[in-house]
Amino acid sequence: MRFAVTVFPGSNCDEDAAQAVARVLDAPVDLVWHQTATLDGYDAVIIPGGFSYGDYLRAGAIARFSPVMTAVAAHAAAGKPVLGICNGFQVLTEAGLLPGTLLPNDSLQFRCEFVSARVETTDTVFTCGYTKGQVIRLPIAHGQGAYYADDETLADLRRHDQIVFRYDGENPNGSADHIAGIVNRGRNVLGMMPHPERAVHELLGSSDGAPLFTSLLRSWERRVAHDA
Amino acid sequence: MTFLARIQITLKPSVLDPQGGAVTKALGALGFDEVSDVRVGRYLEMRLSAQDEAAAERRVTQMCDALLANLIIERYEFSLAEEAS
Repeated sequence: MRFAVTVFPGSNCDEDAAQAVARVLDAPVDLVWHQTATLDGYDAVIIPGGFSYGDYLRAGAIARFSPVMTAVAAHAAAGKPVLGICNGFQVLTEAGLLPGTLLPNDSLQFRCEFVSARVETTDTVFTCGYTKGQVIRLPIAHGQGAYYADDETLADLRRHDQIVFRYDGENPNGSADHIAGIVNRGRNVLGMMPHPERAVHELLGSSDGAPLFTSLLRSWERRVAHDA
Repeated sequence: MTFLARIQITLKPSVLDPQGGAVTKALGALGFDEVSDVRVGRYLEMRLSAQDEAAAERRVTQMCDALLANLIIERYEFSLAEEAS
């Protein structure tokens, strides 16, 4: 299984994401510059955290027009997994690949700490290795992470089991319905504010993010075996 | 023709504005007790060339919809002034 990690001017979690793939899965992974117009040959794409284009205008607003985002949209339309972490989540909402948007934290503070998140569904290629209701510890680091969508969209997300992670206990940013991560209707595009790639080993304070990566690999192996 | 577009982007009333809340409080602390409900928005100016005002209006609308505003949380209005070229 081959991974691509997109790199925009201002991405700063791209190396962490690539390291998580390489060390947890021992899978090949490339950093892909945002001017690249194709993602052919990759089985999964990660849009990493950071401050693409300095968050100018709105977080993710300018990154969505990079050539690589056309390739990401095609990759998503083909049913292949796309994982957007933090700024990657913001880019995916701006690109319209996920509903809603991310607002500044209600505290107006940049929050950089470990949070508890509950796995709300295991019916995704990203979370099949967790158990439903499992509470995991992941770090967050964002100033603009309050998920927002209108009531109709929120009801839709609940109805179709698209809320993947909710904050457990304190909500660090004031997100609607305590949402920390959502998946699209096709269940192959996940956006999340917490950083699973920064929690893949006890030395990092938690290894609770590792099952997300192993879930992706297992799902891909199953799909390949099924297609064979 | 050259136009100066003045574009105002504001949060929809349904969207909470913590930044505006902080500014409201700070103004209150300075003694401006009469202030309530500050909303912080964004203001852009740009020059653009267009055949006529209707064409300029169409283009600026497209720019707002595509990039300048996020219509999930924001709304926009703009004015156009013809500039001597």
